[in-house]
Amino acid sequence: MSECLPCSTDNWPDLERGYRAMLPREILAFIDAHRHQERSESMLIATLHQVQAHFGHLGPGHLEAVAQLMQIPLAKVTGVATFYHYFRLQPRGRYLINVCLGTACYVKGAEKVAQKLQDELGIRFGETSKDGIFSLESTRCVGTCGLAPVVMIGDEVHGPLTPSLVPGLLESYLARAAEDLVAEPSR
Amino acid sequence: MSQMISLKIDGEPILVPAGTTVMDAAETLGIHIPRLCYHPELSLEGNCRVCVVQVEGFDHCLASCATTAWEGMEVQTNSPVIREARRDIVELLLDNHPKDCQTCDRDGVCELQNLAYRMGVRERHFEGRRKQFPIDDAGASVVRNAEKCILCGRCIRVCGEVQGVFNLSQHGRGFTTVVGPANLAPMDESACIQCGQCVSVCPTAAFLEQDHTERVWKALGFPRTEKHVVVTTAPAIRAALGEAFGLPMGTPVTGKMVTALRRMGFDAIFDVNFSADLTIMEEAHELLKRLEGGGPLPLLTSCSPGWVSFLEKFYPELIPHMSSCKSPMQMQSTLIKTYYAQQKDLDPRDIYVVSVMPCVAKKFEAARPEHVLDGSPTTDAVITTRELAQMIKSYGIDFTRLPDSDFDHPLGTSSGAGDIFGATGGVMEAALRTAAFKLTGRNLGNLELTEVRGVTGEIREASVTLAGKTLNVAVANGLQNAKVLLEAVKRGEKDYHLIEIMACPGGCICGGGQPYPPIGTYTMNHDLARARAKALYSIDSAKTLRCSHDNPDVQKLYANFLGEPLSHRAHELLHTHYTARTPRGIR
Repeated sequence: MSECLPCSTDNWPDLERGYRAMLPREILAFIDAHRHQERSESMLIATLHQVQAHFGHLGPGHLEAVAQLMQIPLAKVTGVATFYHYFRLQPRGRYLINVCLGTACYVKGAEKVAQKLQDELGIRFGETSKDGIFSLESTRCVGTCGLAPVVMIGDEVHGPLTPSLVPGLLESYLARAAEDLVAEPSR
Repeated sequence: MSQMISLKIDGEPILVPAGTTVMDAAETLGIHIPRLCYHPELSLEGNCRVCVVQVEGFDHCLASCATTAWEGMEVQTNSPVIREARRDIVELLLDNHPKDCQTCDRDGVCELQNLAYRMGVRERHFEGRRKQFPIDDAGASVVRNAEKCILCGRCIRVCGEVQGVFNLSQHGRGFTTVVGPANLAPMDESACIQCGQCVSVCPTAAFLEQDHTERVWKALGFPRTEKHVVVTTAPAIRAALGEAFGLPMGTPVTGKMVTALRRMGFDAIFDVNFSADLTIMEEAHELLKRLEGGGPLPLLTSCSPGWVSFLEKFYPELIPHMSSCKSPMQMQSTLIKTYYAQQKDLDPRDIYVVSVMPCVAKKFEAARPEHVLDGSPTTDAVITTRELAQMIKSYGIDFTRLPDSDFDHPLGTSSGAGDIFGATGGVMEAALRTAAFKLTGRNLGNLELTEVRGVTGEIREASVTLAGKTLNVAVANGLQNAKVLLEAVKRGEKDYHLIEIMACPGGCICGGGQPYPPIGTYTMNHDLARARAKALYSIDSAKTLRCSHDNPDVQKLYANFLGEPLSHRAHELLHTHYTARTPRGIR
């Protein structure tokens, strides 16, 4: 029984090695530099910014590595990451769709366009479509109110849009993504 | 003496020591300012705003729990503005809260419900969108229902400040803010150690224990020829069950409890205290064996399943130090399905074991894969003291008028050492009584080791010299305190032979499954803990049988069934093992 079981159970070195392997050297250096300072937990947001800048988003593994290496409770880390609008928890799609919800676009029916986009893509704001092609975000005035309601896809502006124009628009980007894939299959 | 300052509350002048909060100052005048997120044993958060007061010179209201009184301050606690503000705050909380009081587990013992009544809320003025979240009820021990949550943050605070687990945090923002473990993972997949202190401190029903009462009713409903339903009660139940029936805090109700269980129809009523005595026999011998060079010291006690989970997740490197003894509950259930089954000539598969525990984590412990016999769990159901009280009420038993009766035998006989298991330091005291006998050949002159008694959070240490050997021991309750102790041991600053750790503050008597204290008394209240501890110590001192090794039925069990302590059979039935688990939280 228990007295016969050989126990070598300090799994921290293994865990730490695994967590360190998940983050790039400069972020590890940043964490290490602050780790033993007073109130080092106040560097959490700065660390998360760097992780997102490097990976494009904050994945569950990144958050766990940050929590363990900074010795901040994981619940706190995911609490902070979900509180701030700026942090993205999912990878961003190939094309970022920004729906303008500024006053002019709103008055001209941006909400209906936004709803149509969500229905077509099967995602909500802040999410990425399953195929990884589209991410959906909202924004305030992009400065082209004459075209309201406006949607930006990547750095291209589309407007004025109606819900019925949405499927065709998405189709054109899907076709472009497919062409790109043929041209550079590694992507 | 600290500096005194004078202020006026509702026109009455008062002198208080500098640093007193407005809430506490008002309390000394007999003014109880309504409150909700406040908990005297936790840090101040001031986020519910229910305790607002008006202060001369301010055009906004101040939270009295988080405002320190100053010289010359003039406070109004009950102006029309304040009364309306406070009521609006409660009404706004209610607007975003399910309207299901009648079918809610906390009906009658809910702080929000009580507050709404006291504030005179008789209708709902605000109607709007209500938050909707899925209920996490897949966990073995703890159920999280975010729709009932009012975001007071007590659970977050107790989990971090008292238990050192830091499993909970607010997620998201604004209307969709929700409290939960990291990534809002299910409780059983989080760092949760199942202690249930979040259940204890929650003012509503956002955290509850996993219900086992239905399965117990079902078992009791079987024809007696098909199921032999055995119930067994933990030491701490008798010290707190009476509170659920309006008896004063800390009224010992052993006899009434046994009578109630008999009326409910259980076939045999046993006492986990018996196996507490047995645990001491095994653990004391384990200690002596290690003292002779047979294993790593200090030996850590293993009765508290919340502490066991904590060790496995946070201190896996100390697993070799952990006593291999099963908890008294698991020893008892195992013996019911082996020793007792054999005596009664029963098929263990026809026996249904119900454990009554002050503990939420025991539900998790019962579901651990190590604790099975012929493929099914040794303990079939674990109900908390609260659940037992609810079942007694539901049955219609008038508890306070019940006559006393005795436990059944052989697994109902216990020494006083078994009774005190329910209080922090009790396992240590019981173990030393038996270790002393084993080392010196006679019982201690004074059996009461007051150095290890005391329900407050301080780590308690003692040195006992027995037969020329000095034993250094330490006791901690509340896992944040345990962390401090274990870190000192790891740094080599302390050299102990035996450490007792109980997960809950005060020990099992203040476990996550004990009755909610009456409104106005808070969990972790020292008077409450002292009263319950006193109940157990008084049961012990009134017994003639006070040492585990003197328990005649334990002696018979060894003579007729187990052989001797730490025998092969004892190891097979009474001992277990532990597994290192991630997540390894923070230290």
